[in-house]
Amino acid sequence: MVNQVLFPALVLGGIALVLGAILAVASVIFKVDTDERIGQIEEALPGANCGGCGFAGCSAYAAAIVAGEAPLTKCAVGGEKAQAAIADIMGMAAEKVEPKRAFVQCGGDCDAAALKFDYNGISDCAAAMRVAGGPKGCEFGCLGYGTCVSVCKFDAISIKNGIAVVDPDKCVGCGTCVNICPRHVIKLRTTDKKSDIKCKSTDKGALVRKYCKSGCLACGICAKNCPQGAITVDGVAKFDHEKCVGCGTCVEKCPAKCIELA
Amino acid sequence: MNLLTIAIGAIFVNNFVLVRFLGICPFLGVSKKTDTAIGMGMAVTFVMTLASAITYLLWQYLLVPLHWEYLQTVLFILIIAALVQFVEMFLQKVSPALYSALGIYLPLITTNCAVLGVTLLNTQQGYNFLQSVVFGATAGVGFTLAIVLFAGIRERLETAPIPKPLQGFPIALISASLLAIAFLGFSGLIK
Repeated sequence: MVNQVLFPALVLGGIALVLGAILAVASVIFKVDTDERIGQIEEALPGANCGGCGFAGCSAYAAAIVAGEAPLTKCAVGGEKAQAAIADIMGMAAEKVEPKRAFVQCGGDCDAAALKFDYNGISDCAAAMRVAGGPKGCEFGCLGYGTCVSVCKFDAISIKNGIAVVDPDKCVGCGTCVNICPRHVIKLRTTDKKSDIKCKSTDKGALVRKYCKSGCLACGICAKNCPQGAITVDGVAKFDHEKCVGCGTCVEKCPAKCIELA
Repeated sequence: MNLLTIAIGAIFVNNFVLVRFLGICPFLGVSKKTDTAIGMGMAVTFVMTLASAITYLLWQYLLVPLHWEYLQTVLFILIIAALVQFVEMFLQKVSPALYSALGIYLPLITTNCAVLGVTLLNTQQGYNFLQSVVFGATAGVGFTLAIVLFAGIRERLETAPIPKPLQGFPIALISASLLAIAFLGFSGLIK
């Protein structure tokens, strides 16, 4: 009786022990050496997997850094802190990158911009673009169907009164919205409180006035008044941020009120 | 019983998923995309073949001589679990490409009742070594066939207008049962 229970139990236990030993040996023999720096870098990265660096995610970027295929500066989300940590792990010097934020180059909200027609289709900018170039009278401005909102991993963009508005506190500058916007109306810019224009329209001033109250008329008043000579007008006002000191003269003088310090 | 009969029996007539109802968990869990379904099917086929061979040897040369046939379930589970772990480590070293293709499905197979089912059926049917291996491999092929067919159906279901209460798993279960009924058409093909 005892034999009938004890013996099989012992043999089974023995087999299990042997199997365990085989697995233990196998785990040593078949050990795959992975570079431990990959794991360390992954921890230093924010783990948002936003894809702003151009890789499939934080771990793919970490592997690329270790393989020497990617620069340390690609992660906009982690900013300087993550970069310093990665540079430390890799034994390299950190390069300085200025933090960037998304900036919507359009002020044509529902009050300012005229519509060509009523659009009742899919609530997506790319889809709206397909219908005669979108319902907005302006061919350059934000369509306001929130494709950027849906791709933002950081909940930093919202549609307010018909145009995209970026929350500068939440935006990390990953650039996902810049790439998805079918109108290319969002850009990344530094957060140095210098003048920038919320309009991309290069149409003639008279035409702009017809479809948008806050569009750049290319009148040149800002350029004439700028004490630093930082503004040139070529269909639309352009700002040289090397020269601009953020005095705010152009913001005051602009008749369309489409310049702001961002 | 010749090998062709065993093969046809395991793939079509007594398909493990659709006729024997073994391995339903991965069949429903990993059948949302055809790619992953193929991966899972390959992993299952691989493990079933190996498990059939090893458990046959243990059955024939350990359990039968000692008259410990009643221990087969416990022993087979032990062997399959260890085997899967070993195969996983082995693949990671030798063939990282295959390892990443099979991915998370390998460890999942540890507790796949279809694998245990194959090994138990082998002893039940009194197959010899070659027959056991063929039965194991073709049972895996049958599993792959079923899960890939089902994944194809589910991919189409994604875009089909399905009433709200039936969306997701309910419609998947209904489709699975219809697929199983279709496979009943093979019954009687072999005795």
